[in-house]
Amino acid sequence: MLFSGRRRKIISNSQTEYEHALQFYGQPPLENISLTEFETFAVERLKLLKTVENLGVSYVKLSELYSTKLEKELKNLNFPYRQETDDKKSVTGPSEMEKRRKDHISHFILRLAYCQTEDLRRWFIQQEVDLFRYRFNDLGSKLNKDFLQQNNLHYDTITVDEKETLKDKLVNSSYAVSGITVENQDFYKVPFQDALDLVRTRKVYLKAGYVYIPHQDIVTIVLNDFRTRLSKALALTARSLPSVQADERLQPLLNHLSHAYVGQDYSIQKNVGKISLEQIDSLSGKSFPLCMRQLHQSLRENHHLRHGGRMQYGLFLKGIGLSLEQALQFWRSEFIRGKVDADKFDKQYAYSIRHMFGKEGKRTDYTPYSCMKVILSNAPSQGDHHGCPFRHSDPELLKQKLQFYKVSPSGISQILELVKGMHYQLACQKYFELTHNIEDSNFSLNHPNQYFIESQRLLGGGKEIKRETDAPQKSQEKSAAKGSGAAREATANAAQGLVEMTEDLDAYFQDA
Amino acid sequence: MPSSDYDSASLPDLLPLYYRRLFPFSQYHRWLNYGGVQKNYFQNREFSFTLKDDIYVRYQSFTTQAELEKEMQKMNPYKIDIGAIYSHRPNQHNTVKSGSFQALEKELVFDIDMTDYDDVRSCCSAADICSKCWTLMTIAIRILDRALREDFGFQHLMWVYSGRRGVHCWVCDEAARKLSVAARSAVAEYLSLVKGGEETVKKVVLTDPIHPFIRESLTVVERYFSHYALQEQDILGRKESVDKVLGLVPEDVRKELQQHFQNEKKPENRWKLIKDQASRKQATAKKGQYFEKEIMLQYCYPRLDVNVSKGVNHLLKSPFSVHPKTGRISVPMDLKELDTFDPFAVPTISLICEELDRPRAGEEEEKPEEAKEMENEKDAAERRKIRDYKRTSLAKYVKTFDQFLDGMARSWKGELLRKSDLQKEF
Repeated sequence: MLFSGRRRKIISNSQTEYEHALQFYGQPPLENISLTEFETFAVERLKLLKTVENLGVSYVKLSELYSTKLEKELKNLNFPYRQETDDKKSVTGPSEMEKRRKDHISHFILRLAYCQTEDLRRWFIQQEVDLFRYRFNDLGSKLNKDFLQQNNLHYDTITVDEKETLKDKLVNSSYAVSGITVENQDFYKVPFQDALDLVRTRKVYLKAGYVYIPHQDIVTIVLNDFRTRLSKALALTARSLPSVQADERLQPLLNHLSHAYVGQDYSIQKNVGKISLEQIDSLSGKSFPLCMRQLHQSLRENHHLRHGGRMQYGLFLKGIGLSLEQALQFWRSEFIRGKVDADKFDKQYAYSIRHMFGKEGKRTDYTPYSCMKVILSNAPSQGDHHGCPFRHSDPELLKQKLQFYKVSPSGISQILELVKGMHYQLACQKYFELTHNIEDSNFSLNHPNQYFIESQRLLGGGKEIKRETDAPQKSQEKSAAKGSGAAREATANAAQGLVEMTEDLDAYFQDA
Repeated sequence: MPSSDYDSASLPDLLPLYYRRLFPFSQYHRWLNYGGVQKNYFQNREFSFTLKDDIYVRYQSFTTQAELEKEMQKMNPYKIDIGAIYSHRPNQHNTVKSGSFQALEKELVFDIDMTDYDDVRSCCSAADICSKCWTLMTIAIRILDRALREDFGFQHLMWVYSGRRGVHCWVCDEAARKLSVAARSAVAEYLSLVKGGEETVKKVVLTDPIHPFIRESLTVVERYFSHYALQEQDILGRKESVDKVLGLVPEDVRKELQQHFQNEKKPENRWKLIKDQASRKQATAKKGQYFEKEIMLQYCYPRLDVNVSKGVNHLLKSPFSVHPKTGRISVPMDLKELDTFDPFAVPTISLICEELDRPRAGEEEEKPEEAKEMENEKDAAERRKIRDYKRTSLAKYVKTFDQFLDGMARSWKGELLRKSDLQKEF
């Protein structure tokens, strides 16, 4: 991609390139583009991906609410959202081709920003895959077939005889497959490594290393393909990044873009040593989110926590300001009360605590887990106490626990409703509101350490603790406040974060 | 069964003997070299050793079998773990540019640990096992072995007794060794049915349709359930157990059953009552109707630690490693004799060291062909060494290992032929 030094727009004549609203982003754009367009495209795609992320946590993917809201965002940001024919052009605003071009270019710009670290790549791939899933689904069955053929995805089908033999097994493997499906549709035989999502959730028939997929489900395979390709591409991009970063016009912009998503990861300890060990018990009741309160209680009761719990809680404590020495003392004194003697603790557990603080092994300074991470990865099993109680606890047990922590019955019902709707972070936020006796928490919860900081702020604890998004634009808040429930907080937060960022970017360009 | 009173304090004396005269280095190397099909496969493999006083060393690697032997005889490790095959020799990883040293391949492994079943076994807890709860391992092996072979198409599986309270599975197919983290995690999730920690009461929930994999697994569980759960574990006998079982059925059914149970005390009959209730529910209800299956699975279905299987670089206890607490050797299991496998009959290091000194009847006789081959290829010390383990209880386990390797060797041969064809070597 070549960048023009001048700020005049040069629109390329590549109408034929964009035959589909959807694409695999196999080929990078080959045209000139102004810096303004570069920046605008990138920022708008980032907004889109942040929306994808927030919706993905608040709603079941591809449910009606999810789809409606995502479509709205695509419309607002002028991204292609449906296979529109040339006749149905919108009256005002960019044409379909312009939208597709923007989609193409913005994707490649964000690749530059998000290829640098494992975390960034993982995030970018996740959102792009979710976006692709939505748009592929939106295409509909016939256009799916066209798209597949045009992109050279050939998967082997099984014979009619084979289908007949396997009919019962096929029907019993998937809720969506009936006898009629088997008769009417082609079934593809795909190596299981290419269909991991279906294997993982056991939604498909698996035999001798192959999964048998009806045409209607081919999307999962396609997604896997997309994910793998993107992952490889990002690795390649990372290698050629130095030469891109050498361009002074781009480097600050790309840096801003990649920091925008991370926001606060609570890895930089601002308050080291400000918490004393004696305070932890009372803090756990007042300012810890439920997951950490639960872990702390388990630790006190059993004088032990398994690895998952040690990681989740240990990193959280690091995030609230415990120093390495304090952490060692804390864990040691508790474990000694149990079955572990001092010697054994030093041999077996001290190492992993130092590891958490980046003092061992590859010396990564591990960051405390965000809500997303706690909810989605490393589910607890027998003997574990980690995870997100709103996600991982039996509703009955969760209810008992909330009763024990003196949450009002009406509050408990509200929380359970949210849990039922899979709005785990909102449930936790409601818990925050109930335990702090306030109406509206005024922040969008996505990190346990954020919970702690907000709580301390409320209880008058931390004047030094800076709030993540300061001075939001009032008009934005008002219009956001009019919206309904969940997405309001999610998009408001996203919008605030990006408003901040674009303000910075504007400042940058004014200085230049 | 004679285990010759093992005492962990005697390890420093026993280990040198074990590594000098009993550890099957030749077979071990044959395994990890995988027929020499891929270059540097053995050289780039990570081993980790736990030495005396809990000193732990990682990133050990060796260029040849002889070097491996020498080092192990020098260090006399208490425990040996096997890790991944890396991009470079692990013992040189510090010289490699940061980021380039990567774990590339490893067997797909599973670890079934008896402590994960503590909430459903009444006979033991924590590190203890007995013949009553060992059945859980038998069930686990049958279910997982079938699934890995029939569903996933893997062929070269080695099941190993861990030495204390569980079993490991090593899937050694080439395709398995090349699996990504995501793929390993997906396989492990596919095989997972029991979900939830302390906070979850009902750990298995089945919905329509019931996947063929679940049906196959239930078939296995059903074979053992009556004897294992109803008789030996007596889950429908004692009150607390009964309450726990009934905690897994829908409330309306529970009330009815509690009433019936006041009159019916025999576990077999109580189970029949539960099954009858389930049949009735299945005829009418759309949800929560499979509780009898859910009970069977919650009490018997294998519980595996997904984290062990996920990581390409995860280190797992090596076969033929000694378990420092029990002294038992971590031995390969012959699945043809699975139902009679007795973990308490597995030889300890003290036993086999003792057996070394005792001459076994007829041990001097060897087949003439064998003797000739040996004279041609190996020196006297080797010959003696080969005969040594054969004199002990370890022999049959090494044989099992050999048979496993023979099975794999056939596929290596094919691979080597293919490769030489491609290179046009003659």
